[in-house]
Amino acid sequence: MSTIEIDGLHKSFGKLEVLRGIDLSVEPGEVVCVIGPSGSGKSTLLRCVNLLEEPTSGTIRVAGAEVTDPDVDIDAVRRGIGMVFQQFNLFGHLTVRENVTIAQRRVLKRGKAEANRIASENLDRVGLSDKADSYPAQLSGGQQQRVAIARALAMDPRLMLFDEPTSALDPELVGEVLAVMRGLAADGMTMLVVTHEMAFAREVASRVVFMDAGVIVEQGPPAQVFGRPREERTREFLHRVLEPTRVSEAELRD
Amino acid sequence: MKLTPRRRRRLFRVAGYVVFALVIVGVAAAADWGRLSDAFLRSDVARSMFPEAITVALRNTIAYTLLAFAFGLTMGLVLALMRLSTILPYRWFATAYIELFRGLPSLLVLFMVGYGVPLAFPDREIPGGVYGSVTVGLGLTAAAYMAETLRAGIQAVPKGQLEAARTLGMSHPRAMISIVLPQAFRIVIPPLTNEIILLTKDTSLVYVLGVTSSTIELTKFAGDALNQRVNPTPLVVAGLLYLVITLPLSQVVRGLERRAARER
Ligand SMILES: Nc1ncnc2c1ncn2[C@@H]1O[C@H](COP(=O)(O)OP(=O)(O)O)[C@@H](O)[C@H]1O
Ligand SMILES: [Mg+2]
Repeated sequence: MSTIEIDGLHKSFGKLEVLRGIDLSVEPGEVVCVIGPSGSGKSTLLRCVNLLEEPTSGTIRVAGAEVTDPDVDIDAVRRGIGMVFQQFNLFGHLTVRENVTIAQRRVLKRGKAEANRIASENLDRVGLSDKADSYPAQLSGGQQQRVAIARALAMDPRLMLFDEPTSALDPELVGEVLAVMRGLAADGMTMLVVTHEMAFAREVASRVVFMDAGVIVEQGPPAQVFGRPREERTREFLHRVLEPTRVSEAELRD
Repeated sequence: MKLTPRRRRRLFRVAGYVVFALVIVGVAAAADWGRLSDAFLRSDVARSMFPEAITVALRNTIAYTLLAFAFGLTMGLVLALMRLSTILPYRWFATAYIELFRGLPSLLVLFMVGYGVPLAFPDREIPGGVYGSVTVGLGLTAAAYMAETLRAGIQAVPKGQLEAARTLGMSHPRAMISIVLPQAFRIVIPPLTNEIILLTKDTSLVYVLGVTSSTIELTKFAGDALNQRVNPTPLVVAGLLYLVITLPLSQVVRGLERRAARER
């Protein structure tokens, strides 16, 4: 059974059609990286998977449960899907430990001691056990994002969604977050990652998906998509991203 | 001497100070301080007001304020959530309520509650006597203002906070209670404190309900003393006692705003 199975997904905001027929499946243990120009619908795709956005049409199954079924218990589905946002979204009024325990307590009904133990394990995993009593505002961006990952992991998700987790970080802080994600991948976590970190995608992804204008243009193993892209649009995008200093003025006119 | 821009600025500033000081001194000199203090600062009159000024009048003023505030805050929160609801009739009701009660003078609402409710519900009465009527009468108006304040506070919490909470499997009500509202309240503490200050002064309207010697508040207490002694000193005493409540609250607001500015 696939962890994610998306069939014929369409999503419009009013007249704007953002996703125009997406078919995609993610198998257990796979790390799928989604790349593509900004505005191509990558975030919307991710947000449809846990129903932060409601699809206009199409079906999405997560671990066999159809999330697009109107009668689905969406809170139960979301419990099994961790999500990490570009803007971290840590709860500012809670300490790091409370950030990682609150959903365990309120949603999974774990006892205080158990929730704290699991929080410690996960903070340890992201290398922040010494920050448990700090508030988010006292942490660097990279530390905040690692806490956000620990917070999601504490819910024992079977799937993790990452929406440009390093795009809001200063360059010198990107590495620590990617290191945590690489560790997760090595531990067999199923991950769907929207990213502009091409080196990360090339090294960690089992599959790379290139999206443009609301459709999947091509997908395949990283060596193929990066090394021998089949589509002209993919080639052009990779050229702009990988060699930004070599984009000529002539190319901007089309 | 050449008038450089800097010199000119300094000249204007000094001129401003001088005019300001002259106006103050002029008004002060024109007033008849002897007669004023004979009328407003009679220590025997002031002394005769104590200890009841504090043990009864100030105490009741504070009690009315806190009761009306608690009622207004609770109802204001419900109204704020209704205004932000996806259910249209709730939004209509809350909007209509807020517009109505912000537009009516507190005195009128207090009067309506004090005399209208007993007429509408002849077999029931608001529990707590005058205290109950004041709680509702001032609280209804306060709720309208606080609803708007709370709505702004809730909307000031970034949308990502609710999304992160929902993503962790929290239901919408749970996410509001555990994540959004605690942060919204932090944002609105300064404006809510201002609301307490306004309410404190609005308790001076309670006399329209007819108060007894045990339910009397500061303004009526001072008014009675003024009539009895035929001297306005009690008004000064009452004014000072209001300041005892409101000045520390203003300080609290200023401190909180300074802290909020630093954290941003
Ligand atoms: N809530 C929304 N309402 C209206 N338009 C939206 C909304 N969210 C995204 N969009 C639009 O959908 C398009 C795709 O957005 P997004 O999925 O965020 O792209 P990406 O993540 O690839 O940059 C953009 O044109 C964006 O403006
Ligand atoms: Mg995006």
